[in-house]
Amino acid sequence: MEKIIKIAWRNVWRNKLRSLVVITSMVLGLWSGLFTIAMSNGINEQRVKSAIDTYLHHIQIHNPLFEYNLDINSSVEDPLQILKELENNNLVKGFSSRIIISAMASSAHGAEGVRVIGIDSENEKQFSDISKNILKGNYFSNIKSKPALIGQKLADNLKLDIKKKLSFTFVDDKGDLQRIKFKVEGVFKTASSIHDSGNIYVKKEDLNQLLFNNSMIHEVAILCNNIDDSDILKQELQNSFPENKVETWKDISPELGSVQELMVWFFFIFMSIILLALSFGIANIMLMAVLERKRELGMLMSVGLNKTKIFLMILFETIFISFISLPVGIVLSYLMISYYGRAGIDLSIVSQGLESFGMNSMVYTHLPSDYYFKITILTLFVTLVSSLFPARRALKLDPAEAVRSQ
Amino acid sequence: MNVIETKNISKLYKQADLEIRALDNVSVNFKQGEFTAIVGPSGSGKTTFLNSIGGLDSPTKGQVLIDNNDITQLNSNKLIDFRLKNIGFVFQSYNLIPVLTAKENVEFIMLMQGVSNKIRDKRSKELLEAVGLQEHLNRRPNQLSGGQQQRVAVARALASKPKFVLADEPTANLDSSSTSNLLDIMYRLNNDEKMTFIFSTHDQRVIDRAKRIITLEDGKIISDTNIK
Ligand SMILES: Nc1ncnc2c1ncn2[C@@H]1O[C@H](COP(=O)(O)OP(=O)(O)OP(=O)(O)O)[C@@H](O)[C@H]1O
Ligand SMILES: [Mg+2]
Repeated sequence: MEKIIKIAWRNVWRNKLRSLVVITSMVLGLWSGLFTIAMSNGINEQRVKSAIDTYLHHIQIHNPLFEYNLDINSSVEDPLQILKELENNNLVKGFSSRIIISAMASSAHGAEGVRVIGIDSENEKQFSDISKNILKGNYFSNIKSKPALIGQKLADNLKLDIKKKLSFTFVDDKGDLQRIKFKVEGVFKTASSIHDSGNIYVKKEDLNQLLFNNSMIHEVAILCNNIDDSDILKQELQNSFPENKVETWKDISPELGSVQELMVWFFFIFMSIILLALSFGIANIMLMAVLERKRELGMLMSVGLNKTKIFLMILFETIFISFISLPVGIVLSYLMISYYGRAGIDLSIVSQGLESFGMNSMVYTHLPSDYYFKITILTLFVTLVSSLFPARRALKLDPAEAVRSQ
Repeated sequence: MNVIETKNISKLYKQADLEIRALDNVSVNFKQGEFTAIVGPSGSGKTTFLNSIGGLDSPTKGQVLIDNNDITQLNSNKLIDFRLKNIGFVFQSYNLIPVLTAKENVEFIMLMQGVSNKIRDKRSKELLEAVGLQEHLNRRPNQLSGGQQQRVAVARALASKPKFVLADEPTANLDSSSTSNLLDIMYRLNNDEKMTFIFSTHDQRVIDRAKRIITLEDGKIISDTNIK
């Protein structure tokens, strides 16, 4: 057995060029596959992260009616109890309570339906990415009276700029129509242009003054210390406050979560296709190696090498090739993926298109470490299967025939 | 005592409508210690005959008895095992495993037979010395001349301590000095160690040194002469 392995190993290097071509193609196949997947995975993770950081957060609490009617009176029940509970819960990293009013925003150039979100500016600075997304102007610092932050898309649509005035028209909690003027202090831009076209941030106290019930809130957004605790915390809160609706980010934006699950399938299907193509290459080259060594294999059978050993020899030759390619391919991929995971790849040329899908123009490649392990198993399996065919062909050789053909 | 005994062996090859009788009712015996040449024109059935008694090919009809056991009844895995234990082969070319050194090639068969490391080492050196290659133990086949390669092949054939050695035109690719050198070695092994050699050849110089000459024509034995 030891000798068979030794012969197989040396056979790999008999035709150096050919073996190197196979090894190189395997390395390139693995690398390109893993890198592409790391890129799409990175894009997706960024998309999720950016959505979570700017508007989704880990958990949101609303009045169950709120998402249907967006009625100002569908506010969160027991708001004070909830905030107290969140203060003391050790799964919670931070939270923010917001007033949300559906309004018509108008400028001299037109009007748009928007959500006016009243936030606690100091708390929100820590809690969400809103302050980091300011493109122009400031985040609640200069303008004293009724400042507002608007999305870039909305600013374009209403031809607004910083220091310009805009007014909201809305129905208050007593059913009266109100109209009130705000002044644009900053323009923000997130990865999602849909978000940027429909949301306006103002100070919570500015909205409070307009309302009859000044303790009402419409949304409590929560960040957990660990995103994986979202479901546990959701259950806890739902049980404690059954009259409210508690949702995780996956409940609110199921497409984001399901894309992540799809990634796993995408990974396997994509890599399987690449490996399948490679395995045909390997099988073909090994078959050539068998056929051109007919005489030698015939001689080996004549002098007493049995079929099992011939079979194993060919099998080992194939396996060795993948044993060389696999670590090289994986290490190369790992290095590239970690490098571009830090440095990022600039896709700004096509970013116009990407951003409307909620993507960032910088892509940071990332592949969870268990994928490297999975690909190793998958590759070993595929090469093993692809070696069976040439190895079986070797068994069909008739020693008398093989020895005869001079 | 006969080492090999063939009883009416025939080998038919069917090609389209044509039936080729490569061997036609051949009955012949070989004793321990023979040094026999199989001669005859091209296509007369020499290779077919050697392959039949070596268990590489099975005759269509008849029996091949090695030490009174009929090898035509063995299945292919048993045959491989039988060849490994009983027969040394020397072919016209491609005798050696290209990726192994001369010494490793000789040891290879013994390794398959499960001979211990120490004995393998000793015996392979002895055998390579016997064929005059003690200087070239660690060369690979492509670093040896054709004649040297055939000598390694003879050493390898003997390594398993076979009952007999079959050589199909072992000198066909050799020049005359390599040929006589190889024959000297085979002759000496035959005389000193009583090793049985059966070889096919076209070469008159090889025929001249045989102790028995069997002539085939159209798959039949037309003469069988002992030379003293
Ligand atoms: N696989 C085969 N199929 C059909 N016919 C074959 C086959 N092998 C050999 N023959 C035929 O059998 C006959 C004997 O062939 P064999 O090779 O034994 O002759 P040989 O005496 O060894 O010839 P040479 O001196 O050329 O080596 C020839 O007519 C050959 O064409
Ligand atoms: Mg022949």
